[in-house]
Amino acid sequence: MKLIEAIIRQEKLDAVRAALEAGGYFGVTVSEVSGRGRQGGLTLQWRVGEYKVDLLPKIKVEVVVLDEDVARILNVITTAARTGEMGDGKLFVLPVENAVRVRTGEEGDNAI
Amino acid sequence: MPIDTGDTAWLLISTALVWLMVPGLALFYGGMVRRKNLLSTMMMSFAIIAIVSVLWVLYGYSLSFGPDNSGVIGGLDWLGLKRVGQDPSSVYATTVPHLAFMAFQAMFAIITVALITGAVVERMKFSALLIFSALWLTLVYCPVAHWVWGSGGWLAKLGVLDFAGGIVVHISAGVSALALALVLGPRKGFKDKQPMEPNNIPMVALGAGLLWFGWFGFNAGSALTSGGLASSAFVATNTSAAAAAVTWMILSWIYRRPTILGTATGAIAGLAAITPAAGFVAPLAGIPIGIVAAVVCYYAMLLRVKKMGVDESLDVWACHGIGGTWGALAVGIFASVAVNSAGANGLIFGSGVQLARQLLGVVVVWGFAFGVTWVVGKIVDVTIGLRVNATEETVGLDISQHGERAYGGMLR
Repeated sequence: MKLIEAIIRQEKLDAVRAALEAGGYFGVTVSEVSGRGRQGGLTLQWRVGEYKVDLLPKIKVEVVVLDEDVARILNVITTAARTGEMGDGKLFVLPVENAVRVRTGEEGDNAI
Repeated sequence: MPIDTGDTAWLLISTALVWLMVPGLALFYGGMVRRKNLLSTMMMSFAIIAIVSVLWVLYGYSLSFGPDNSGVIGGLDWLGLKRVGQDPSSVYATTVPHLAFMAFQAMFAIITVALITGAVVERMKFSALLIFSALWLTLVYCPVAHWVWGSGGWLAKLGVLDFAGGIVVHISAGVSALALALVLGPRKGFKDKQPMEPNNIPMVALGAGLLWFGWFGFNAGSALTSGGLASSAFVATNTSAAAAAVTWMILSWIYRRPTILGTATGAIAGLAAITPAAGFVAPLAGIPIGIVAAVVCYYAMLLRVKKMGVDESLDVWACHGIGGTWGALAVGIFASVAVNSAGANGLIFGSGVQLARQLLGVVVVWGFAFGVTWVVGKIVDVTIGLRVNATEETVGLDISQHGERAYGGMLR
């Protein structure tokens, strides 16, 4: 099992979720995060002049997938979240020790 | 004179309208600070409503409007509202109960003190603010109010005109804000240009709206009667606010985009500027007064940020000090006795004499307010300290000064 952490554009959440469902993964955890990559900050106006906001709002989608699905799901998310502009986000893949379904107590691959 | 019920009704309503400006100011200022200091910023205005209300009836009104002593200060004859009752005063607002005039003036004292807090948000110790407020009311506001508005006040006798407080309220608050900010020093991170993002711009817009609304009581109420003069001041007020709001909107548009923060700020600048003039100039004069107010306040704000490098955080000086100064001088340009027979003719309808008088009033109050505020600020600083400590400032004043936070709860 692997955890895919996808940092994506806010407006791409619906597209990524739809693509994940089409790819067989319904269970996701979504959070609002802020951060930055190579993309610069946002310039906002004050009463006079302007100021820069360094960290931009992004969405983090967490989904745990079977080992054999990792490459395919990475591709699914990348395709759905991409615009080609700076700020499209980043995907991280982390190993997962175990998973437990709370309702039944099932463990491992069966629990995801 | 017998009591006029129409005048009395209007003055009491105006009094309540001016009161509402203070919670409006709390929202206006509160929305512009970082979220960790939202409550402390609002609390400054709320606490000042409470403190100044009490001090005003105890002695503030007597010092400001009580029987004159050499044109400098009112006497103590009206301490605790002694001789201030349901019958009209013989010198002020002679068609309404003296108590109504006293209450109307109380609201002016409250908002003037509250205006200053914009300079010191996010770092001034709450206890120090309360002590400073009481001292400032006594040593700056009461004398200046007496000079300009008190019967026998020396600036009034020299013919300085201030319809609703461009000098008494806006110059004294704006200039004092600058002095106090200099004594207090900048917020942590100001020098290295850390962004200080406004936490809630809708709150700023609502606050500006309430200020604009309450300002009808402030200016039209200052006619102290409910007839033609009040109506003229009302229209001049709205016109100036609108002209200034449009102008600031255009200035921010030329810069990049038309912001609501800028448009709201423009309205406040236009309102501050029309305040001394509202009942002395024709309503249409609100247009040039408002346009110039927005331009001079805009560039004063730029100057404050770029050149002066003073953390007068919410630009009380640039908005109220400069706006009030322009308005006080504008009386000397646009005033006409056709509008108000108790007024004068300015440059356009007469001569430059009134402009010279207005300039005198401006210079005197700038100097007095700046000097006394600086000294009072220093005294509070060396006795109990003006600032919170570094940790308290980092944590935010909401938690460190008040043990509360604006947005509670981990889950929605």
